[in-house]
Amino acid sequence: MSTTEFLFSGFGGQGILFAGKFVAYKGLVDDKQVSWLPSYGPEMRGGTASCSVIVSDTPVGSPIVSEPDVLVAMNLPSLDRFESAVKPGGIIFMDSSLIERKVNRTDVRVFAVPATKLASDNDMPTLANMILIGKILQVLDDFGDASVAAALGKVISAKHADMLEVNLRAMQIGRAYQD
Amino acid sequence: MDKVLMKGNEAIAEAAIIAGCRHYFGYPITPQTEIAAYMAKRMPKIGGTFLQAESEIAAINMVYGVASAGLRVMTSSSSPGISLKGEGLSYLAGADLPSFVVNVQRGGPGLGGIQPSQSDYFQSTRGGGHGDYHMIVLAPYSVQEMAELTVKGFELADKYRMTAMILADGTMGQMMEPVSLDLQVAEPPQKPWATTGTNLSRKHNIINSLSLVPEELEKLNVARYERYKIIERDEVRYEEYRMEDADVAIAAFGIAARVSKNAVDEARKMGIKVGLIRPITLWPFPKAPFAKAAEHVKQFISVELSMGQMIEDVKLASECKVPVTLCNRVGGMIPTPKQVLEAIVAADKGGKL
Repeated sequence: MSTTEFLFSGFGGQGILFAGKFVAYKGLVDDKQVSWLPSYGPEMRGGTASCSVIVSDTPVGSPIVSEPDVLVAMNLPSLDRFESAVKPGGIIFMDSSLIERKVNRTDVRVFAVPATKLASDNDMPTLANMILIGKILQVLDDFGDASVAAALGKVISAKHADMLEVNLRAMQIGRAYQD
Repeated sequence: MDKVLMKGNEAIAEAAIIAGCRHYFGYPITPQTEIAAYMAKRMPKIGGTFLQAESEIAAINMVYGVASAGLRVMTSSSSPGISLKGEGLSYLAGADLPSFVVNVQRGGPGLGGIQPSQSDYFQSTRGGGHGDYHMIVLAPYSVQEMAELTVKGFELADKYRMTAMILADGTMGQMMEPVSLDLQVAEPPQKPWATTGTNLSRKHNIINSLSLVPEELEKLNVARYERYKIIERDEVRYEEYRMEDADVAIAAFGIAARVSKNAVDEARKMGIKVGLIRPITLWPFPKAPFAKAAEHVKQFISVELSMGQMIEDVKLASECKVPVTLCNRVGGMIPTPKQVLEAIVAADKGGKL
């Protein structure tokens, strides 16, 4: 019996909502209860975007995540805004290519992944989000190859099926990354 | 059928198609635009009509036209757009036409904001436009219910020849949850009153909301309210959650009920006997569970995304036998489970927060 509340946050265009959708679909594939709620302000490319994702063994109550177990911060404004909200004992994943400062909290675990740099080094500049997801699943011990592939198949539309392989490769890069 | 992840707005659109709706008229407005977008994509493929009208007023009058022809038809909008449809809603009621309307509420009044709200409760449960009439108002609290209550809405609209409205909010429209679209749809009833052509074999059917003889207009109004009595008897829907032994009862619908369930579970862990009554039909309002609870709870807390609208129905249904307090946020803000929990703790101690 467990519930994990995720908050994904970053610039519009970084694939924040997509990353959240992937985690929700993976929960669905794994037979969990899930919810996905985007921020839907007057946001656009370059603005801020965030989404709440809950994956649970029991029915999801409120879909709004205000105190995440897992914060995924893909830019500095996101870390500044949500660092204090993370539950004690929670985990912060951040894109250290874009966030130069350290996390101030001492009661949370932190994984700093230079996702944007890894993405451009590996010729997949738009997939920093999926590199972080690979790391998250590895840390949460939830990188089931079958369910990852199934979830990717659901979240990537048939029209873009040629993107499956590179997304999977991005996740493997994140999975293998060590500080 | 497998469950799929869908936004609440998309679930409404697909469920409407499953229910046999082939005519959608609308005008885009956040946070419900996905309904129109989904219809724009799907309707042409299944021989239906998607039409982006020049305004909300035009769209609701197109609904009037298709409803007159006896076909399942819908429109959707968000708060300011629903106000624009007010005249059409009243005409639909005056002409006793079945229609299905969705309001994915946002903060008001005026143009307000685009974040979630429940502040159109009065507007929808008291009719929405001028004159004596009601709409059946359905309040889903999950994406699954967005789909199921859409089908139910079309069925009730046809059954009672009136408008059924889904009253949702921005979170319900925007959130994705697993949904099963394995929906049962009853065969639509015959509509001998529809203007489908006489085939020279019957008298003309006339659809009109104008009635200039007061004696006749009075009769029409009284007959309509006789029908409403049947609806109030037969169509009330609600959910009771942990109410059996409750000392404190929360009243909440939609997203407020989701938040409140978390708070109820937390309070129960603290040993506080609290439950939730969740109206699913806002009109007809579920009076019975509130009357029953008023015999054993010491306080009701109405949790709302408004300045306190449903609280009036809670007071009426419980005949003010015990205090009814308000726990709310407005303007696009949503109460947190913590805020609701604090209200529960205060109520349990017997004080008002």
